[in-house]
Amino acid sequence: MTQNELATYKANLDVFSGTLQELAETDRTILVVTSDSRGSGKLVPFGQKYPAQIVEIGIAEQNLVGVAAGLASTGKKVFAVSPACFLTARSFEQIKTDVAYSDNPVKLIGISAGVSYGALGSTHHSLHDFAALRAVHNLIVVAPADNFEAEHAIRRAAETEHPIYIRFGKKAMPYLTEDPSRRFEFGKGSVVREGADLVIIGTGETVYPAVLAANRLENVYGIRTTVVSMHTIKPLDYELLAKLAETGAPIITAEEHSVFGGLGEACASFLMQHGFHNPFKIMGIPDEYTVTGSQIEILHHYGLSEEGIAEAGFKLVDARK
Amino acid sequence: MTDKELALKSVEYRRKILKYIVEAKAGHTGGSLSCVDILNVLYNHVMNVSPENFKSPLRDRYIQSKGHTVEALYVVLADQGFFPESDLLTLCKYGSHYIGHPTKKVNGIEQNTGSLGHGLSLSVGTALAAKLDGLDYRVFTMLGDGELPEGSNWEGALLASHYQLDNLCAIVDKNGLQISGPTADVCNTDPLDRKFEAFGWEVRHVDGHDLGALKEAFAALPFATGKPSLIIAHTVKGRGVSYMENQLKWHHGVPNADQYAHALEELEAATAALQAALR
Repeated sequence: MTQNELATYKANLDVFSGTLQELAETDRTILVVTSDSRGSGKLVPFGQKYPAQIVEIGIAEQNLVGVAAGLASTGKKVFAVSPACFLTARSFEQIKTDVAYSDNPVKLIGISAGVSYGALGSTHHSLHDFAALRAVHNLIVVAPADNFEAEHAIRRAAETEHPIYIRFGKKAMPYLTEDPSRRFEFGKGSVVREGADLVIIGTGETVYPAVLAANRLENVYGIRTTVVSMHTIKPLDYELLAKLAETGAPIITAEEHSVFGGLGEACASFLMQHGFHNPFKIMGIPDEYTVTGSQIEILHHYGLSEEGIAEAGFKLVDARK
Repeated sequence: MTDKELALKSVEYRRKILKYIVEAKAGHTGGSLSCVDILNVLYNHVMNVSPENFKSPLRDRYIQSKGHTVEALYVVLADQGFFPESDLLTLCKYGSHYIGHPTKKVNGIEQNTGSLGHGLSLSVGTALAAKLDGLDYRVFTMLGDGELPEGSNWEGALLASHYQLDNLCAIVDKNGLQISGPTADVCNTDPLDRKFEAFGWEVRHVDGHDLGALKEAFAALPFATGKPSLIIAHTVKGRGVSYMENQLKWHHGVPNADQYAHALEELEAATAALQAALR
């Protein structure tokens, strides 16, 4: 895809802020809470249009989440917006206790997630958030793949009466499909394309390169590939997983997250405990300090790219012959 | 409620705190006895909250940051009619809702707490919501002096004054002891008044066992328009049971049968003395 073509798509983060503005037009209970992150959260227009519906906390993420929980306890639809790296590490205990345990329905929005911050380095990467938050009871964990999933995740989050964490990257994301019958529901993975030889399960911004990889595998090697956007990491769509695994096809998972504790291990855990022994590979960021580079360069470095995922898929299918 | 009735309640609450801690064979005895007079005045004299209005958006809120002294809160809530007091016989027992820290599973509890340093931010958010919506409910939170080194307290304190939350009142139960020793030795937070004043709060000191002084302090809220209020309540850990007062081991000590009997004798004597004095 050329840069020009990509330019017609928006970042999921832009879709988030636009959707929030639409919701706020008719819903005065929508409240954005930020930690000096209205600029990076693309929320400046929101703040200009609805100054009474945005609260600045300052750079204090623990307080951000605690205050958001207090606000949400009064019936407000609170979106607590902060870089995913800080939101889910610095204020992990506030998420665990004030939001999840107390069941205050805060919508935790982790922006610039994964390695979106690129060369800013490991302080700014969130490669732990799925792992950490999966272990917290009473929390939905979501990584939308494209603009469609981003918009619907926000709309559904606004109506959800329990805590939820949604993470976004900041690069433009093409639509995975133009299928008008597309649906979005938390906890229900979305099959983007179908093929009998291989399954690739992605989440968030790895789904699009997975689709490109699937196209390449089919065009070059005739390997027919299913691609799933598993936008909800928790609760995981076990029904879909079982259906995918029943065919016996090799399965690859791809995530912009540590290989530890994220989508891949969640899938593996389910599959192993339910008697599935499909060839299986977890693609993600290995247990090391990430290489320096832009988000795209880092993802390429670790194989989370069209080429990398296609190569992994080819090897997995080839090994069965 | 008359002053006499209020004073008698304090003794009665102490008796019940001990009863249920002995029954559970667990509990934070010393801190429950240091904070119970404050809770007595809050629930019986100050706050607009009851089982009848607990779902109302207009009710006053109480969030206990020092969650470990939940026994005092449970006893007061039971007395207010939020749940049958006999429920407390299950305190900390297998399958009970009544765990050793505040939990929303118990009617009357606003927020789950227990990890220290969380109550103030929650209270700031709740008080801020009232300001945003133009509602006039108030938010009260009780902090322990031992939990004040938690940085989140100071983040909350900053924001409370930034948003001029004069509908927020924090009370520090300053009993001066924490699990490892005197709070001043573990990590000194004095002078507490000047610290909070520097953060934009209006501060008053009060004897945390003087019910009249507590009533007076709460009646003066907000201490300054546009500022959050802090009450530094000077208290005695283990207050009301002579051998527990200011004794570190009663942080979460459970009296044995003899000690319990001794404590009950003292509390009965206190009741008798109150009745004589206030007759």
